[in-house]
Amino acid sequence: MSHMSPVIWQFLVKWMTNFALFPPEASKIAPQMDALYFFMVLVSLIGLTIVVLLVTSFSILYNKKRHPVAVQIEGSTLLEATWTIIPLGLFLVMFVWGALIYFRVFTPPANAMNIYVVGKQWMWKVEHPGGQHEINALHVPTGRAVQLTLISQDVFHSFSIPAFRVKREAIPGRYTTVWFEATKTGTYHLFCTQYCGTNHSQMIGDVVVMTPEEYRKWLISSTSGSSLAQNGERLFASLSCAACHNTRPDARGPSLANVYGSKLALSAGGTVIADDAYLREAILNPSQHITQGYAPIMPTYQGQISEEGVIALIEYIKNLDSDYRVQQTLNTTDLPPGSEGKTPAAKGQVSKGTVKP
Amino acid sequence: MSAHTIVSLLDQSTAKIPKDNYITRENGLLSWLLTSDHKRIAILYLISLSFFFFIGGALAGLIRLELLTPQTDLMATDTYNKVFTMHGVIMVFFFLVPSVPATLGNFLIPMMIGAKDLALPKVNLLSWYLYMAGGLLALYTMMVGGVDTGWTFTTPLSTHYVNTNVLTTGLAVFVAGFSSILTGLNFIVTIHKMRAPGMTWFRLPLFIWAHYAASILMVLATPVVAIAIVLVMLERTFGIGVFDPAKGGDPLLFQHLFWFYSHPAVYIMILPGMGVISEVISTFSRKRIFGYTAVAFSSVAIAVFGFFVWAHHMFIMGISNYAVLVFSLLTMLVAVPSAIKIFNWTFTLYKGSITFETPLLYAFGFMGLFTIGGMTGVFLGSSGTDIHLTETYFIVAHFHFVMVGGMLMAFLAGIHFWWPKITGRMYPEKLSQLAAVVTFIGFNFTFFPQFILGTLGMPRRYASYPPEFQILNVFSTAGATILGVGYLLPVLYLVWSLKYGAIAGNNPWQATGLEWQTQSPPLTENFAVMPIMDHEAYDYAWLEGQQQKDEQQHRQLHERQKETEVTSAG
Repeated sequence: MSHMSPVIWQFLVKWMTNFALFPPEASKIAPQMDALYFFMVLVSLIGLTIVVLLVTSFSILYNKKRHPVAVQIEGSTLLEATWTIIPLGLFLVMFVWGALIYFRVFTPPANAMNIYVVGKQWMWKVEHPGGQHEINALHVPTGRAVQLTLISQDVFHSFSIPAFRVKREAIPGRYTTVWFEATKTGTYHLFCTQYCGTNHSQMIGDVVVMTPEEYRKWLISSTSGSSLAQNGERLFASLSCAACHNTRPDARGPSLANVYGSKLALSAGGTVIADDAYLREAILNPSQHITQGYAPIMPTYQGQISEEGVIALIEYIKNLDSDYRVQQTLNTTDLPPGSEGKTPAAKGQVSKGTVKP
Repeated sequence: MSAHTIVSLLDQSTAKIPKDNYITRENGLLSWLLTSDHKRIAILYLISLSFFFFIGGALAGLIRLELLTPQTDLMATDTYNKVFTMHGVIMVFFFLVPSVPATLGNFLIPMMIGAKDLALPKVNLLSWYLYMAGGLLALYTMMVGGVDTGWTFTTPLSTHYVNTNVLTTGLAVFVAGFSSILTGLNFIVTIHKMRAPGMTWFRLPLFIWAHYAASILMVLATPVVAIAIVLVMLERTFGIGVFDPAKGGDPLLFQHLFWFYSHPAVYIMILPGMGVISEVISTFSRKRIFGYTAVAFSSVAIAVFGFFVWAHHMFIMGISNYAVLVFSLLTMLVAVPSAIKIFNWTFTLYKGSITFETPLLYAFGFMGLFTIGGMTGVFLGSSGTDIHLTETYFIVAHFHFVMVGGMLMAFLAGIHFWWPKITGRMYPEKLSQLAAVVTFIGFNFTFFPQFILGTLGMPRRYASYPPEFQILNVFSTAGATILGVGYLLPVLYLVWSLKYGAIAGNNPWQATGLEWQTQSPPLTENFAVMPIMDHEAYDYAWLEGQQQKDEQQHRQLHERQKETEVTSAG
């Protein structure tokens, strides 16, 4: 290639080595989705070929020179039924196949490890249960089901990992979930795919897939000192939630032990499963979600707790019924001065000390 | 009997544009701006639509230039966001939605059904003024700084988080929406009440069926987007909490309302284009459309099913899995009538007698590109693959294949096909065939690489992107340049043909529609004698019989004239 201009040559080399036609398959669902994708490509190609072949051959056979007089044909019920039923059948196959994949992507297995993701203009904040924070990056191990619980602090965002073939909208005021199991180590693109304003195209990051050992090492090296549940516990104390939510017989609010995942009867009638979405709503809009037998006295925390704070509280409540034990509870006296006054809890009802649900 | 009075070959033999026609009847700018003639209003639309198309096209050019390199180097991200927003707003609301109905539909619906005008001529003019008011407001918005919400105006971005001109853009779309509603209403009334004697529903050209279906969508769906936009404006101005989750609103509600219009809007755009394709394919293969009834009812089926698929834009938005199931299934069903149409058109060619003038080349382009556009729609309608492909360049490629590859090809096919009727002159055939081929090649170069980009995961509406996507973006930009040439060529030679084109005569294509059985350009009242429809649509045997009768009459007339000359001389 000596006769080729070195500039063009370098350009070509740079392009061709960077050139991709198909994204890597790095999750368990990816090959399944690609199988459907290629089935559809195949059907499309066959359909297109049939149309092009027919149009071409009719154009040759029946052009005016060869076929000066047209033969009028009204139609053919048999033919028309054929090209109604065959496409319909194929489309239905694609529908069922697609739905099976869709349900798989949005139905996490019970043992999935949960990671919280908060989207905001224009970054992704990731909260691991162990308290590790990441911005515009997500570290996950191979061979382990990971569920993401997403929420947005402002506008719609969308969390997309093309190599995993998963994508989920992060919506203001509502949790959404998606799960995956990474299969191949490496660094992959993370995109925000929902247009979210000025720096939408910079709301990108890396998904780093590691072997379980490397991941364990990464967890240890990135620890922030306290787990997400511990952060939640601290917040729980600083907001004086335990003033009402405790196990005392005269407690003004329901005890939160074992509440996560349980069925609650509401005073407005009906029952609800206390999941992430319910707990978030019950913290931010408590008057609409009063548990049966309690007075609607809880103040709203809308605008007073960040989405990360809510996540920490939920993580804390979630762990109350498991092996989580309060290792160390910060005394309200440890809080920076003045913060107590800001909490909406009623004065004089503050219970200092350990939260023992 | 009276039917054959409308067939006349007189002008073709004498090769002159008839002195009295809708263009020459009145003169002066006011005679155009205050006209209530559907043909003149169609011309007003054609000029203004083309103007907006080239503005939208220039914006597309800027987008492609920015995407030539992975970095943001031509413009700041904010500018880029405004450019793609305005490209979308102008192309969707001020070009694609009105394109075929407001120009060709306006010109041809009364002529095809044998009427003098639309049922509500003044309302028709009002539609154009509303369209212009909306369009000029959109242009004004662009001048004073633009808007960067994307043409989808997604809340809460549009209500709380941008500080650009959301209100004026919203108002522009709102006003233009009324233009669309009035046009649809006018068409529905006209098709119901103004058909010539003998013009039964199943004798209507398929162009009319397609426009009827599209009109129903315009009338029923457009108010919903108007309401949605008003709510956005109210929430932005007064802070009412319809969409704001902090006030108990539902941020997803906006998308439900928006797509309840904007999905049927896709069919408002494509159905009239399909109508054009039916006319063109029948004429150039000299055959009645294969399975007329199936094609007619498939238009209606698309319109009906089109209302129940909107949530397929929201599969990953956290709506219930079962809602996804239902909407995915309905989406599959709406794909079937489109497939039926493609195959019926293909089999219309079977045993035809085909000539390959420009309109047919565009129609072939439409069939190929629409097939790809439609099939890739199924990729997105299937909920599983949608997860990976939605919100990427796959979507961009898909809807450009349908809207630009399909709709615009059909629009150009129609403009070339009826140009002789509209202007009385022929366009240059060879040059226009070249333009059709250039457009087809340019289109594929521009948009095919975007399917691959989307599959790779490149998100839409990105001003910058990872470097490995560059080569495909360079292809796309190069293709856009070719496509631009393909669109400029017709403007040049069509304008040229206004003065220098060959005289077309009444019926240069030997087509069967009533619009061809009168002079070109037509009289202001369309027909000298009220036509009577005494045959089926696309009846080429009838046309031949008519012409033979006509020639005979001419010969007799000629001979009688000669005789009288001889006798008077003697």
